[in-house]
Amino acid sequence: MARQLLKGNVAFAEAAIRAGCEAYFGYPITPQTEALEHMAKRMPELGRTFVQAESEVAAINMVYGAATAGVRVMTSSSSPGVSLMMEGLSYIAGSRVPMVIVDIMRGGPGLGNIAPAQSDYNQMVKGGPHGDARMIVLAPATVQELIDLTVEAFDLAERYRCIAVVLADGSLGQMMEPAELPPMTEPRRAEDRPAWALTGARGRDAHAITSIYLDPEEEEAYNRELQATYREIERREVRFEEVHLRGSRIAVVAFGTAGRLSLTAIEAARTEGIDVGLLRPVTLFPFPEERLRRLAEEVDAILVVEMNAGQMLGDVRRTTRERVPIHFFGRTGGVVPMPEEVLDAIRDVHAELIREEAVA
Amino acid sequence: MSVLAPERTLTPVVRYPEALAPTPTHYCPGCTHGIAHRLVAEVIDELGLREDTIGVASVGCSVFAYNYFSVDFAQAPHGRAPALATGIKRTSPDKVVFTYQGDGDLASIGAAEILHAAARGENITVIFINNAIYGMTGGQMAPTTLAGQRTTSSPLGRDVKLQGHPLKMSEILAQVDGAAYVARRSLHDVVNIRRAKKAIRKAFEVQQQGLGFALVELLSSCPTNWGMEAQESLDFIRDAMVPFYPLGEFKVPGNGAPAAARGEGGRTKGSR
Repeated sequence: MARQLLKGNVAFAEAAIRAGCEAYFGYPITPQTEALEHMAKRMPELGRTFVQAESEVAAINMVYGAATAGVRVMTSSSSPGVSLMMEGLSYIAGSRVPMVIVDIMRGGPGLGNIAPAQSDYNQMVKGGPHGDARMIVLAPATVQELIDLTVEAFDLAERYRCIAVVLADGSLGQMMEPAELPPMTEPRRAEDRPAWALTGARGRDAHAITSIYLDPEEEEAYNRELQATYREIERREVRFEEVHLRGSRIAVVAFGTAGRLSLTAIEAARTEGIDVGLLRPVTLFPFPEERLRRLAEEVDAILVVEMNAGQMLGDVRRTTRERVPIHFFGRTGGVVPMPEEVLDAIRDVHAELIREEAVA
Repeated sequence: MSVLAPERTLTPVVRYPEALAPTPTHYCPGCTHGIAHRLVAEVIDELGLREDTIGVASVGCSVFAYNYFSVDFAQAPHGRAPALATGIKRTSPDKVVFTYQGDGDLASIGAAEILHAAARGENITVIFINNAIYGMTGGQMAPTTLAGQRTTSSPLGRDVKLQGHPLKMSEILAQVDGAAYVARRSLHDVVNIRRAKKAIRKAFEVQQQGLGFALVELLSSCPTNWGMEAQESLDFIRDAMVPFYPLGEFKVPGNGAPAAARGEGGRTKGSR
């Protein structure tokens, strides 16, 4: 496949199709609507399922239904729409059926606006769904990574029978970049649907897919199984990118677009002689805890950059146990920080290090 | 060897439906859920659909329906069964998909999902239990609670000026072009139960023929939360519910405009 100029929303939709996604259910919401529009055109062409639901509530429950039938299924939405899906996501997590959701985040709270933000870190990473449910959360920084992680999300969701989230912001959904799509994968054949799926009780006992366990002891035992899966995910699926961290005194920790624009600021700071590097978590759950613990021993200061009021910041503080000074720079409400602003923040952190050394 | 009596084999005239799991239910004595379950299971058996059927349970007293049918089942969030059924049927069009929903589930929290499933003409069958009350949570006012009816959340009787009017879902859904078959039946006596079974059978046949959305509303009893004896509660259906919720087929395949209920009434000869 050749590289082509692709808009993020179209790119992840087409990537899902090529990953063998058999059904898409969604509801229009800016800034992700182009994905729904692409699905509306492509899925019927390919003989696959597309339904524009009456609400996000209905969309996620259609996804739930298709997931119980054992097909590759996805939805996409944006922050307030995803809030509406939380009920369904909890049932899906509680029933252990795999699915993929792409959240193209925008400014909030409330109706907020349609500008890019990383406002849903807490919503998606810190549970979101009620109960002790967790979702794998993947945070791309480029259109190419958005494509790759969407494809991978289906494999991860099926491997662990869980929800895989691709968490990107509005700028990634809207921007066009050269990127390469994967080759086409056909949806799995009906006879290859997983053994647990609802396919009709032919020659076997009836299956029930449910998230209700009325007996608290039974519910707790089930929760232990879920937690064991989440621990396995934490052991096996951590992904992050690091740039210039070797020998750096300052580490910027930022995900997605914030990580990408921070890198521009980091390169500029390095030309000024500031030893600074980037740690960009690619998986937000599982969070790269071990790497952050080591990082706290390697650097003299950490700067967390986010397009929110500091939602990942708490995880950085928790995992590093604040063994080094931790600074934060964030813009909220749909304002995308300029690299110059991040550069200023890096300079401030650097200046403070110098001051402290002078005092010492 | 002398034969003292001719050998006889007993032929059962009524069998336990194969589609009904041999499990005791949690339903209260006098509740008509058991009858509705049995009718659905008999129809599934008669049409030979057991191994091709996927049910969707809702939230309410019928939340455990998946335990009582020997067919594959999903259990939906409150009100969302038609959305799950949509996801299942669209990706498994060769299967027969039905939801089993109460009135709080279908007519209140799930009003949007049922209306739009009908509008899309989803090729599914909906069994709608209308007992005019929230049973599972202990007898609160439902969207179908009759005017003046006392519940724990309308303790002075439903005042329509303050608490709204009961919804006639069959009449509403029959207006929707995507609905192929909409009927209301009652479970208060044998004749009506037999009519209910015919309607349920038709609602499954409509799906088999790919004609679109099919729904059967079943007027049902809730003696526990109505505070009545079993027989009294059946009389309440006949005397209070049927006059407000007329029985009949509101839409049948082929008739575009919803017909008025055919005035079949709930009263059968000698039932009074």
